[in-house]
Amino acid sequence: MPTPSKHWREIPQRYRLEAGKCTRCGYVAFPPRLVCPECGNREFAPVKLAETGTLLTYTVVRVAPGGFEDEAPYAVGIAELADGVKLTAQVADCAFADLKVGLKVRLEFRKLSEDGAAGVIAYGYKFVPA
Amino acid sequence: MAGIVGYGAYIPRHRIKVEEIAKVWGADAPSYKKGLMLEEKSVPSPDQDTITMSVEASKRAIKRAGIDPREIGAVYVGSESHPYAVKPSGTVVAEALGATPDCHTADFEFACKAGTEGMFVALNLVKAGAVKYGLAVGADTSQGAPGDALEYSASAGAAAYLFGNDDLLAEEVATCAFMTDTPDFWRREYQYYPRHGGRFTGDPAYFKHIIGAAEDILSKTGLKPPDFAYAVFHQPNGKFPFRVGEMLGFSKKQIETGWLVNKLGNTYSGSSPLGLTAILDAAKPADLILMVSYGSGAGSDAFIWRVTPRIEEVRSLAPRTRDLLDGDKVYLEYGAYAKFRRKIRKAE
Repeated sequence: MPTPSKHWREIPQRYRLEAGKCTRCGYVAFPPRLVCPECGNREFAPVKLAETGTLLTYTVVRVAPGGFEDEAPYAVGIAELADGVKLTAQVADCAFADLKVGLKVRLEFRKLSEDGAAGVIAYGYKFVPA
Repeated sequence: MAGIVGYGAYIPRHRIKVEEIAKVWGADAPSYKKGLMLEEKSVPSPDQDTITMSVEASKRAIKRAGIDPREIGAVYVGSESHPYAVKPSGTVVAEALGATPDCHTADFEFACKAGTEGMFVALNLVKAGAVKYGLAVGADTSQGAPGDALEYSASAGAAAYLFGNDDLLAEEVATCAFMTDTPDFWRREYQYYPRHGGRFTGDPAYFKHIIGAAEDILSKTGLKPPDFAYAVFHQPNGKFPFRVGEMLGFSKKQIETGWLVNKLGNTYSGSSPLGLTAILDAAKPADLILMVSYGSGAGSDAFIWRVTPRIEEVRSLAPRTRDLLDGDKVYLEYGAYAKFRRKIRKAE
């Protein structure tokens, strides 16, 4: 379970999909980076990722890591968003039989995890069928 | 002139039928269906709560309004199922929308009318010139005690409204409140399920306050029931809104567009606000809409809205409420529903 401070540091990405676009070569870094891996530039302009995409691949997690045991089985996928960025997230609200490469998805705001009944709740994005 | 510049709805995909609940408790499903005029209700999945639904409904409201979320000066979430006892839902919602940090927030709670109270405050902050745009959300993931009559109706959903002074899709004609101390339904601190006064929730509670607020606003404006294209009243079950409408002189036709409860259940703070979203999905410019909420405890907020021509331009920018209600549904059996709603006691 992430600590409250780790969760807090990730809020711009988890809540609002904030990324950095290299001002020289256009590379989009998500999460943002200090140095562009493509051209070495250190200047990025803030951009927001697209909220729709297409599923490139997926898997079903049946033996879940700590903190996600109650959610298993659940699907995790990588989708190429409309702006070309590839993103990994859970695929919610989708029967496993309906999972397929090429599935149109959109990002929806969901609970990601919670630190027991008394701890902080971590929110963020998941894919759902578009 | 102030009013609504954007609206959005969110309804979870999962449903449970009245028969499925009745089967577990040995109850007579047909008599519940007939008595309450309910067929099924929405159920939030384990990763959904008042905050997640509020964010999604608000994003849709912002889409329809076409505004920069940084210009939202106040965010109010009204609910009786805020995920935290201490820590506002509004901070998460405002942060997810990109409205922070120049933004007021505090959570509202008033049984089923917390959403419309938030609407009243956000609208009036806009009218006072204190904020450019104000956002109010009515959202709930309410629980009825297992086997209680409320279990057949307590459901989940959210409706969000953005208020502003320009580019209105519906302008406010009037608003008023009717509120007394009436203990018809309550939940004490640390209690998981609410309690209610049975039939006491009817005449001295729901009917008295809705009729009080509706009569006040009609006499204040000089308008009469036939002047309205639509009316939406709080929907704790299927019967009450039609009965209170009839008592006030509204026809079934005026009410049924915003009457979602038979397939949705009672979304508490989201109830009449969600009904209004379905009406805005269908309304024509110049239509008048009467909206009266009800929250146990007890009180009603009444609003009269006049639809503007802008509605035609913005309504298709986000999903329509009826499409969310009738769309891709997943039906749950009681076991999965009990797991989703954390009704099953697990080892610590």
